[in-house]
Amino acid sequence: MSRILAFLLPLALWQALTGLGLVAPFILPAPVDVARVLWTEAAVIVPHAGVTLREVLTGLALGLALGVSLAVAMALSSFLSRLLGPLLSASQALPVFVLAPVLTLWLGYGLGPKVAMVVLLVVFPVASGLYDGLCATPEPVRDLARITRAHPLRALIWLRLPHALPHLGAGLRIAVTYAPTGAVIGEWVGASKGLGYLMLMANARMRTELMFAALIVIVAMTLVLNLATSRALRRFGM
Amino acid sequence: MSVARLQGRVILADRVLVSGLDLRLAPGWTCLLGASGAGKSTLLRLLAGLPTAARLEGARVAPDRIGWMAQSDLLQPRLSVLGNLRLMARLRGETLSAPRAEALLAEVGLAGRGAASPADLSGGERQRLALARTLSEEAPLVALDEPFSALDVPTRAMMHELAHARLAGRAVVMVTHDPQEALRLGAQILALRGGEVVHLPALPGPHPVDLADPALARAAAALVAQMRGAAA
Repeated sequence: MSRILAFLLPLALWQALTGLGLVAPFILPAPVDVARVLWTEAAVIVPHAGVTLREVLTGLALGLALGVSLAVAMALSSFLSRLLGPLLSASQALPVFVLAPVLTLWLGYGLGPKVAMVVLLVVFPVASGLYDGLCATPEPVRDLARITRAHPLRALIWLRLPHALPHLGAGLRIAVTYAPTGAVIGEWVGASKGLGYLMLMANARMRTELMFAALIVIVAMTLVLNLATSRALRRFGM
Repeated sequence: MSVARLQGRVILADRVLVSGLDLRLAPGWTCLLGASGAGKSTLLRLLAGLPTAARLEGARVAPDRIGWMAQSDLLQPRLSVLGNLRLMARLRGETLSAPRAEALLAEVGLAGRGAASPADLSGGERQRLALARTLSEEAPLVALDEPFSALDVPTRAMMHELAHARLAGRAVVMVTHDPQEALRLGAQILALRGGEVVHLPALPGPHPVDLADPALARAAAALVAQMRGAAA
């Protein structure tokens, strides 16, 4: 009930604000107009959404693989953890978004820079979350590995990784929230497809309602990704 | 016949924690008593070759394979009962055959429960599974760090009997703070007192001593009195 209210209340406020003529439609279009555009221009919006979704999912998959690999490598080797740990933290001091023009310069205007952007946003929460989890194996549990003189890789698979899964889950939840933003910003810098591109194009043509429609699709995509991730993680007890 | 031996002294932060140490373990149960912080668990970990804050100045002779049971059952919640039973073999890179696993489960009264989750087991069943996991090691030396201290009294008594029967023929060393438990199980009873290991009289067998045996209650009371006298 409160959930529905949290959704309906801002919507009603928005409709009232625009319906009363307090704000010009080219500044803030009425929600009904945005809804109408979502319906009538679906044929335009859906292919762009498909492009963005592909960038997001590819970036998530690659970022997850890279983040997990980094965390595992750091957990297995103190040398690598000393080497990569500070590097990983330092990479967070740099706002990833400022790299968008550089990535476009290096990787062109296609899928590459957008996926790279998503990867950069996903790697840190995944790697640092999983690494923290791998380092937090309770001492009594590690004793089982010591008493059997288990190979570090076996201890990782059978003892450390299962205990670190909730940490990985927390990192992944954050990553999934950031991923669409990364793709859209990548598209703003240089693209001919995708929801970010559609927003810029609609803006240039003063089609504010189309811009808002694209925005709503981005929000919906993020919410659905979040929900699906949460469901999947819960299934695995993460 | 000695299965393991620990000799020398134990140093903790430049202080001698235990001196004049000469611990010899033969097949049968040795129980190690002592007040909290006396260093019982440290001694056990040193014997098992596990890391501690303290270090041994002396000699350690111990078999390659050592069974280990800790205060908590250390069951892995993401593994099934069978998965937990196979854990030690997996950590060693070996395999525990299905018939052997089933036989071990039967030995601790968990036959047919292999597919269950540890979350579905009672406290006693969890500790029985931990015992089966320890048995799967087939180690000549088994180190127990107060594994039964968290169990209720009837379950603990049942675990004493089960563990004693299943670990027969091996050198077992158990740390406990319960004199009755030590007397019930131990063929050799040691106490850490004032930085030294002292031998205390054990009850004549057979072990585990019947809980209804008046000698057990008498000996336990005497031991408690002695420990209080030493502490005062």
